[in-house]
Amino acid sequence: MTHLTQRDLIAVIFGATMGASTARAQLGSFNPNPGPQGTFAIRGGRVVTVSGAEIPNGTVVISAGKITAVGTNVTVPSNAQVIDATGLHVYPGMIETGSSVGLSEIGQGAVATVDISEVGSFNPNAQAFYGIDPHSAHIGVARVVGITTVVSRPTGGILSGQAALLNLAGDTPPKMAVVPRFALVIELPRSGFGGRGFARAAAVQQGGPTDANRVRQLQMDSLRAMLHDAEAYGKAHAAYAKDKSIPRPAHDVVLESLLPALSGQMPVIFPADRATDIRDAVTFAEEMKLKPIIIGGQEAPAVAAFLKQHNTPVIVTAVMKLPSREDDPYDVNYSIPAKLAAAGVTFAISTGDRGSEIRTLPYNAGMAAAHGLSKADALKSVTLWPAQIFGVGDKMGSIEVGKMANIVVTTGDLLEAKIDTKYLFIDGRNVPLDTKHTQLNATFKDRP
Amino acid sequence: MNTRILAGAGLLIGAALGAQQPVAAKPAGATLIKNATILTVTKGKLENTDLLLQNGKIAQIGKNLSAPAGATVIDATGKVVMPGIIDPHSHSMADAINEGSLSVTSMVRIRDVLNPTDINIYRQLAGGVTTINVLHGSANTIGGQNAVMKLKYGRSVDDMLFPGATPGIKFALGENVTQKNSQQSAQATGRPLRYPATRMGQEEVLRDAFTRARDYKASLDDYNAAVAKGDKTLVAPERNLELEPLVEVLEGKRFVHAHSYRGDEMLMLLNVAKEFGFTVKTLQHGLEGYKIASEIAQAGTGLSTFADEWSYKIEAYDAIPYNTAILIHHGVVATVNSDSDERARRLNIDAAKMIRYGGLTEDEALKTITYNGAVQMGVEKRVGSIEVGKDADVVIWSGDPLSVYSMAETTFIDGEIFFDIKRDKEMRDQMAKERAALEAADRRRVTPVVP
Repeated sequence: MTHLTQRDLIAVIFGATMGASTARAQLGSFNPNPGPQGTFAIRGGRVVTVSGAEIPNGTVVISAGKITAVGTNVTVPSNAQVIDATGLHVYPGMIETGSSVGLSEIGQGAVATVDISEVGSFNPNAQAFYGIDPHSAHIGVARVVGITTVVSRPTGGILSGQAALLNLAGDTPPKMAVVPRFALVIELPRSGFGGRGFARAAAVQQGGPTDANRVRQLQMDSLRAMLHDAEAYGKAHAAYAKDKSIPRPAHDVVLESLLPALSGQMPVIFPADRATDIRDAVTFAEEMKLKPIIIGGQEAPAVAAFLKQHNTPVIVTAVMKLPSREDDPYDVNYSIPAKLAAAGVTFAISTGDRGSEIRTLPYNAGMAAAHGLSKADALKSVTLWPAQIFGVGDKMGSIEVGKMANIVVTTGDLLEAKIDTKYLFIDGRNVPLDTKHTQLNATFKDRP
Repeated sequence: MNTRILAGAGLLIGAALGAQQPVAAKPAGATLIKNATILTVTKGKLENTDLLLQNGKIAQIGKNLSAPAGATVIDATGKVVMPGIIDPHSHSMADAINEGSLSVTSMVRIRDVLNPTDINIYRQLAGGVTTINVLHGSANTIGGQNAVMKLKYGRSVDDMLFPGATPGIKFALGENVTQKNSQQSAQATGRPLRYPATRMGQEEVLRDAFTRARDYKASLDDYNAAVAKGDKTLVAPERNLELEPLVEVLEGKRFVHAHSYRGDEMLMLLNVAKEFGFTVKTLQHGLEGYKIASEIAQAGTGLSTFADEWSYKIEAYDAIPYNTAILIHHGVVATVNSDSDERARRLNIDAAKMIRYGGLTEDEALKTITYNGAVQMGVEKRVGSIEVGKDADVVIWSGDPLSVYSMAETTFIDGEIFFDIKRDKEMRDQMAKERAALEAADRRRVTPVVP
């Protein structure tokens, strides 16, 4: 059976690989490796620091992966490779926090390229880091629009696993990882919806809403039980560490993996779009003393006061979603960020895309700016704010001395669709701008 | 057998084939748009220029135009006017997309299942869209007939059908037709697999259908010739609603819009068409069109694609955003489409991407969502650019429509306003008041407590 499935799969991929006319679709490496961490001086550009004022004719010096100087009168080290940015714009790299980059290449018809959801509902120990394909063609395509860093997360089940913080450069997962175990993902069973996963589908089919709510309750009970077990597990091991005379508690990789989230060191991502689901997630996080980050946030404006009161940030992935109700204003989702900004809710903007379309991140922010968000805030919502929300605002998200040298040099406003990228630095390395797409373009554009 | 039953059913419905019927024009009042930047698309950019819309047409373009009596005057200082956006691949308004039970369903018509109250029409007007090509889905090799619509939200389907648009038909090739991606679910639900299951079968379905259509045409031609000579004894050939649209394709009266992804399958279709003596009007999606750009150009075929969708299935893995630019540089009439109620609302941003990917000029980029689409539906004499005599389908933007920061503010079709950003706001306020009043009047209502 297994053999047959595998053979069928190969047949599908082989068929697609060998069938077409000329150059073939293939899963290869399209992402040229970045150069070494040298010393660079990006000189004469309009430096948009994001955290501070714009510098019309500024210089940014990079050394050993870090930004070492920013300003108008900056001494350029004698060993620096000078990048002439005259007439160009210099920005911090954008950060896409709602993706599953590297875990899913071709969503349909090539299931072997999709490693995004583990079996079962409780997999806190499933780490995105171990599923990341550093050669995914999505990586090169996304970084050349100026996305230098992503949060990539597993999905599905209830405790989906752990997300990684990745730079979009490097030929191995360890080279890409900024923080391999970065955030826990809990897809909280939805109220009035019968929870999540297979149990939900079966209950809804067989028993209707009553059974659905019962299933949801059972799932919530299981989730609470596991988190309580992990808490007890943590206490037992802490006690044993202090006093070796007590019985040695067994090790458990599943419970162990929950400890950073329970201690508040690791944030917890809760996907939630409906107002009720957002409230449920925040309330649950408080009950369990977790540090929640809502991702989705379509109806976040309806619970903005609540979110502000509970100091809970939102990653808005719904800017480009169609309004869910017929009588919603046409711009109801375009204007989510503006509404959250007005209400004082902390937020960032994301595409919510798995990987191939995260390159549209700047236009999501641009659309929010067209609909009431200030241009400066739109830029922050894809640079500094996502970094701050995830607790790495001291490391990235703006052009400041001491921060990771993730920098993009463009021909114009970073959020505009018609501009182009001229230089890209990730972790202080010069990243070539070739991608799967530029390679195919070069191969075919002049074909007679 | 099945085909006959379906064709019979079609007859009962009383399908009237041929060009979309013109509707009685209700002339809109004149509007003078003053001091705008006008992107004519075909004749460059005009700064500080006035535009007079009268009797549903673009009446005058020039400096210091005077307003006719009773005309509405709009000060468009600092604003940009462009032709209404044309979306060459839409499924908006369609209550059904696929009649996929057979491999040839040329007898079915999208215009029979259109919902003129689809809220997506309004959302697209708010994105500056005025004309859409509503296509049948991609379930089968030869699908149903299209409908070209002007987005006159609030009117009847008949009022929205684009008068004089060349009728079209959807074809489809590749994975959606072979059902490779849905075989598992097909087996689970007991649905039988349908022929063709390979690209080999797709070629054969086309060849078979057009061979039958050619014979049908020959019998019609023979009959008509005999009748013209005065023969009154002949019985007319039985009307065949499946083959009739294909005869129209052979006669160049109906455009083929063919869903396709891989270069090789597109080439196959172009060759079958050449053999049967017709031209494929557009390859829809055509994601690998750039691999055979010369052949597409040589065939006189157009192509309508996504700006940057890719990697969602195997046949989309070699899609590149440079596709449109490569095709245009090879002389192909190429467009950017939405195929989506969501993306249709922001085709201006998708057009702007074509400047980044492949270096189109601003005019070339704008053409991919305006004039070129008009050519692909046979309405380029009516819409797609700002020229005197053309339909007054224009949009006032807050700024450069190729900027992500710009918004469509007023959308005209045939000189009438179908979206206006200020009016939209007023309607919202009015609705909010109405809602509040209704809620206040309902004594049983409990105000929800938001923690």
